[in-house]
Amino acid sequence: MTFSQFLAMGGFGFYVWSAYAFAGVMVLINVVQPLIHGRKVWQTLRRDLDRAGEDE
Amino acid sequence: MGEFGGLACVTRLIKFTHKYGAPKRFYLLAGKLVPWFAALTALLMVTGLYLGLYWAPPDYQQGDAYRIMFVHVPNAWMSMMAYMAMAIFAASGYIWNVRLADMLAKATAPLGASFTLTALVTGSLWGKPMWGAWWVWDARLTSELILFFLYVGYMALQASIDDPRRAAHASAILAIVGVVNIPIIHYSVYWWHTLHQPASLTLTNQPKIYATMLIPLIVMSMAFMFFYLTMLCVRVRSEILLREQHTDWVRKLIRTRR
Amino acid sequence: MKGGLFHAMRAVFMRELLVFWRRSTEVMTALVFFVIVTTLFPLAVGPERHELMLIAPGVLWVAALLATTLSLNHLFASDYQDGSLEQLLMSPYPLSALVLAKIAAHWVLTGLPLALLSPLLAIQMALPTKAMGTLVGSLLLGTPILSLIGAIPAALTLGVRGGGVLVSLLVLPLYTPVLIFGAEAVAASAGQGFASVAHLSLLGAFLALALSFAPWASSAALRVSLD
Repeated sequence: MTFSQFLAMGGFGFYVWSAYAFAGVMVLINVVQPLIHGRKVWQTLRRDLDRAGEDE
Repeated sequence: MGEFGGLACVTRLIKFTHKYGAPKRFYLLAGKLVPWFAALTALLMVTGLYLGLYWAPPDYQQGDAYRIMFVHVPNAWMSMMAYMAMAIFAASGYIWNVRLADMLAKATAPLGASFTLTALVTGSLWGKPMWGAWWVWDARLTSELILFFLYVGYMALQASIDDPRRAAHASAILAIVGVVNIPIIHYSVYWWHTLHQPASLTLTNQPKIYATMLIPLIVMSMAFMFFYLTMLCVRVRSEILLREQHTDWVRKLIRTRR
Repeated sequence: MKGGLFHAMRAVFMRELLVFWRRSTEVMTALVFFVIVTTLFPLAVGPERHELMLIAPGVLWVAALLATTLSLNHLFASDYQDGSLEQLLMSPYPLSALVLAKIAAHWVLTGLPLALLSPLLAIQMALPTKAMGTLVGSLLLGTPILSLIGAIPAALTLGVRGGGVLVSLLVLPLYTPVLIFGAEAVAASAGQGFASVAHLSLLGAFLALALSFAPWASSAALRVSLD
């Protein structure tokens, strides 16, 4: 099977690849967003702790 | 079929929760597990994609379009399992006042909603070439749509209540009511569908499943299951840090790490 | 002690009706909404009787459902604001029984009038006369279920910002089975399907289920909201 045949998916290429692309995007969002949020939480807590340390 | 495997996993998860009920212990354990879960997820995903998109032969009835099944079905299964898990975590947190269980429930919701949305969109993309319409009121898709509303409602309720304890317990009740209603909703929708479209094929009447189809399906399902576990751990760890920020162990952790 | 409980429930019930008497505009919203929606449909769809007849069971049921959803906010909100809800929580009687009395009063003030008014509106929607009985019957069985199930999100969202819209979102998935079977029962007796007795008995079963589950769940929800 050639690569262009693979892409065409027997004529259903648009549907198959859109479906997999959407699923992929959802997976990506669900990886990136929690990691970014986690980093923000860490930075905020770090900052609060440093500030509390200064006040002492 | 997949649901029973899922239930076994969830039961294991509950026992696991009980042992590691203290947030600190769970934080450390989850931290160790994430790399393993992530590696497994990546491995299973790549394998599944290869098997589903290349290795499995085209279907005699649906041609290559049936390959959408390998993303649609795992996401549909995970959307159901995640709701069950969410309800069990939430109920445990509510009944036994386990904060960690509340956090697990809260972390599961966006993942479950994503699975549901993916199931809906991929189902729609599968339906268009098969039945000619962008949306078919198929029994499974309609149930998924209602499930999506259940997830969104849960997250909206959580977001609208400021006090974390009240938010957790209120959404726990909602989740329990939802879980009790799901079989009723399923039955009603299924019945409604057969009544109005008796002759037409549905997405639930999938192409006759051969071994070549079953293997990629199972691999992809496991891939999404481990994906759920990976991101659940990541989310809960952030939540633990946030909720437990005033404890000694968290302060020490933040001071000493990067 | 049982006599005491019944008295307490009756007291709660009568108080609700009395409050309505003084604040009838709140409750009228549901009825007015019901009338408006069913009047608008023929205007939007066209007066062709055959078309109206086809959509009549669905339209009437959806309108009744939406009207009930609108009225759910009145179930606990005003009592929450003036503090009488907390009084109810401190009562020695089981909260689920008192909540049941409140829900019953709510139904008498919203669901019951909707059911009784429906034949008039059904005429507007060209519903065949033979289906009128089932229409009223399905609403008489269905609207209590809506009140019972609806009490749960109403209790969960007390004092929460965006409460009204949130209640509608929360309640929608839970209402779908009742809607499906209620509308189908009416469609069946209008001659578009099988006999409606099966649907009505299923609605009856839902009602029994809701009666046993909902008061308990809503009282748990009230405790969560008020602690």
